[in-house]
Amino acid sequence: MSDLLTLSGVHTHIGRYHILHGVELAVPEGQTTMLLGRNGAGKTTTLRTIMGLWPASSGQITFRGQRIEQRATPDIARLGVGYVPESMAVFSDLTVKENLILAARDGPLDDTRLEWIFGFFPALKRFWLSRAGSLSGGQKQMLSIARAVVEPRKLLLIDEPTKGLAPAIIVALIECFAEIKRRGATILLVEQNFYVARQIGDAVLVMDNGRIVHRGDMADLAQDTPLQERLLGLSLEAHQ
Amino acid sequence: MTDVAASDALPKPKRDLLPVLLPVMLALAMAPLIGSGSSWVTLTVASFAMGMMIFIMASGLTLVFGLMDVLNFGHGAFIAVGAYIATLVLLPLATWVQADSLMLNLAVLAPAALAAMAVSGALGLVVERVLIFPVYGQHLKQILMTTGGLIVAEQALYALWGPQIIPLPLPTSLRGSFILGDVAISKYRLLAMLVGLAVFFSIQLVLNRTKIGLLIRAGVENREMVEALGYRIRRLFLGVFMTGSALAGLGGIMWALYREQVHASMGNDLTVLVFIVVIIGGLGSIGGCFIGALLVAMVANYGGFLVPKLALVSNILLMVAILMWRPRGLYAVTSR
Repeated sequence: MSDLLTLSGVHTHIGRYHILHGVELAVPEGQTTMLLGRNGAGKTTTLRTIMGLWPASSGQITFRGQRIEQRATPDIARLGVGYVPESMAVFSDLTVKENLILAARDGPLDDTRLEWIFGFFPALKRFWLSRAGSLSGGQKQMLSIARAVVEPRKLLLIDEPTKGLAPAIIVALIECFAEIKRRGATILLVEQNFYVARQIGDAVLVMDNGRIVHRGDMADLAQDTPLQERLLGLSLEAHQ
Repeated sequence: MTDVAASDALPKPKRDLLPVLLPVMLALAMAPLIGSGSSWVTLTVASFAMGMMIFIMASGLTLVFGLMDVLNFGHGAFIAVGAYIATLVLLPLATWVQADSLMLNLAVLAPAALAAMAVSGALGLVVERVLIFPVYGQHLKQILMTTGGLIVAEQALYALWGPQIIPLPLPTSLRGSFILGDVAISKYRLLAMLVGLAVFFSIQLVLNRTKIGLLIRAGVENREMVEALGYRIRRLFLGVFMTGSALAGLGGIMWALYREQVHASMGNDLTVLVFIVVIIGGLGSIGGCFIGALLVAMVANYGGFLVPKLALVSNILLMVAILMWRPRGLYAVTSR
């Protein structure tokens, strides 16, 4: 299986702080790769650097064979990269419909795809003409993910989608990610919830202090409690 | 497109109508103090017309701040340039301006307004590329650069047109008033109201009914996310800056005809006024800017009639009162 995205020796500075220290990673096409690590390990910075929101100070980022580390964020998005930030960043002054219209960059909304999205997130259909700012946290997360998949994308970068959400919504998100993957998208997903990570991850990368310190299959890590404790300071049992 | 009925399951966001009612309440409260009904109507109409002209000048500034996070202290330069460009059309065609024919008057006014908007908009392009672009995200430098730009523009106008005040008479058919009973309504003020309302509704239409408008509203809220969706917001910035500059140019010609004179420092004089309006309205809010402009004009007119000495500080007092009530302005739309 070929790699859709690779990072090679990527360093990122934010102001005078050196956050990423030579990140090396590969995201195989068609798989869901989990990016795990403690708070402050550099996971969000990695996603933002890939997206061009914080420029890489050095190193190479390759997406579908093209170097993208020098490209502007809109150009990276136009290559087929969708981004769901940790803050969700829905446009609260706009309605659910307007948020999705804006996300459908290439033309009008596709009815079939909308119905597919409504299948996972029926709340979006009910609140279609409501202001996004009036939605609950879980509904905003649904909208944020719907915005990223309202048109087919090659790669989805998703940052802590289950943070602070109710278990029922987390189950819906897990189903959604599985279906997105079945449709051929590749996902790089930052997640703190190890139980969720085990459910949807194929491969896993673990970060610490701005470096990748472990790479392998998610299933292997899920079965290796001592390794979980060493890498993440916790075990799967704690999340069950 | 999927047509899904809106749900009533979510609590509807409360419509904040109090700021909208403020001008109405102020006007009604002033009626008994002014006493004469005809004076009250005349002052109210004058306030509305003046408010519309201020709104036209300030609307671009609030959009530029809301979307681009740019403090443009040089906005007044576009107002002055618009007024001077209008003189290049109106003064050579003075015979058309003085003709007692509405068609001839409009035939010279329309190209003058278009020329003012075109040149101010083009100047906006240059200013954004040369002065603003290098200092995005740096407020202090923006203030220094744009204030410097205003000074340079003012001195350039002195150098090109001289220090004298240039008289700019109103076209003949816009002089005088319509008389309705005891009430006199100035024809030019009526025109100013119509133009102001047209600008307001056009902006609302673009912001609420077009994808460009959606992008602007989304960009005001979160520029980074708009870029992450694949839109090149820099181009949008430039378009908004040029539009704001062009509107300032339109406001410049309207203000110059209202005062019937043009002078190089008019932009500088009006800068404080438009900033007060933008701050009162809430940075980035077109609706707030509209109400703020009306309130500023009403306080100036009613205050000037009732307590002339107070007129000098009425705008500042109004701003203080509004900010004590709502520290982020009447309608705060940005998180900045």
